[in-house]
Amino acid sequence: MAILDFAGASQATVSFVTNYGHRLYSDDFVRQLDRVFGSAPAGANDTEFFENQTNPALVSDFFELALNFDDGSFDGALVWDSLQFLSSPLLQTVVAKLHRMLRPGANLMALFHTDERIENIPTYAYRIHDKRTIQMVSRSQRKPAQIFNNRNLEKLFQDFQSVKFFLTRDRLREVIVRR
Amino acid sequence: MWNRRKEEEPIPKATPKPASVPPTVSQPVKEGIPMSTQPTRPLDTRPEPARGGVAILGKSVILKGQVYGREDVTIDGEVEGTVELQEHRLTVGPTGKVVATIKAREIVVLGTVQGNIETREKIEIRKDAKVVGDIRTARIVIEDGAFFKGSIDIIRAEAPKPAAVPAKPQPVAAAGSSSPAAAASAGDNKR
Repeated sequence: MAILDFAGASQATVSFVTNYGHRLYSDDFVRQLDRVFGSAPAGANDTEFFENQTNPALVSDFFELALNFDDGSFDGALVWDSLQFLSSPLLQTVVAKLHRMLRPGANLMALFHTDERIENIPTYAYRIHDKRTIQMVSRSQRKPAQIFNNRNLEKLFQDFQSVKFFLTRDRLREVIVRR
Repeated sequence: MWNRRKEEEPIPKATPKPASVPPTVSQPVKEGIPMSTQPTRPLDTRPEPARGGVAILGKSVILKGQVYGREDVTIDGEVEGTVELQEHRLTVGPTGKVVATIKAREIVVLGTVQGNIETREKIEIRKDAKVVGDIRTARIVIEDGAFFKGSIDIIRAEAPKPAAVPAKPQPVAAAGSSSPAAAASAGDNKR
């Protein structure tokens, strides 16, 4: 199987996925966001970061850099918490592209923060150590584009076959959608 | 201490020849010119075996084209094209920048590589290294702080196929044979 991982390459995840005999495609999605739309650490210039996401030229660059895949390229996608930093309409465009990149029956996993009160949310590098353990290495604090509730998420993934929600620790909502 | 090497052994002093020995006919002094009466051999065209050295492309070197080698190579400069070191190790140093398709036995990246990589044994992407491209390798090591964008295909070592066992010649029971072995054999085949 071909698995897409947006957390950035880590030894743990590479070993976990490849030990099953799967092919792993690795990229650091948030880093690519920063590269194209300008870095947006907590409280610093985040308005420009989100405004840049409406610039068609930059959006085109971003797709070229981070999502340049043929349709039906993957059997699974580990998107982690990266979708929270996309503002509309880029978010919908990216999710539509992910839908096309996945093969029918493929699964996508994403995480969303649930706490609506906090302005900046912690971001992590996620590493899969084994079937039961995901290591979350703290990276920075960032302002999310929006906080998603179940209704938002169902609407966001409406083109997918099914959407499942799981509440996890650390105020995270795990979402598994099936293409 | 006790195993003194031969070189250290004291040179025996020239002993005077016994006077009783008649002087031999003086031999003509041979010049020490290396000559051979053997017909000259053709030049050895076999590939030179690896000497275990490392070729280094320095920081200021910019190379465009094909790099092919039979020894380990370290790139501290810039290379664009293809790099092929099938049986050897390639190290891309911290200042190295390689835009190339790479094939090597083993690769260690401390600098920047852009291009597809194939290693027979192992690739190591060290801290602060940047690799963009698809990797095919038997093993991969990615240190924290390294950047990698691309796919990873792990090449599984194929299990050695069991040697084909020559089929034992089966005793062919003669028609109408009454031997118990032949009867048992025939019985087995029926199962």
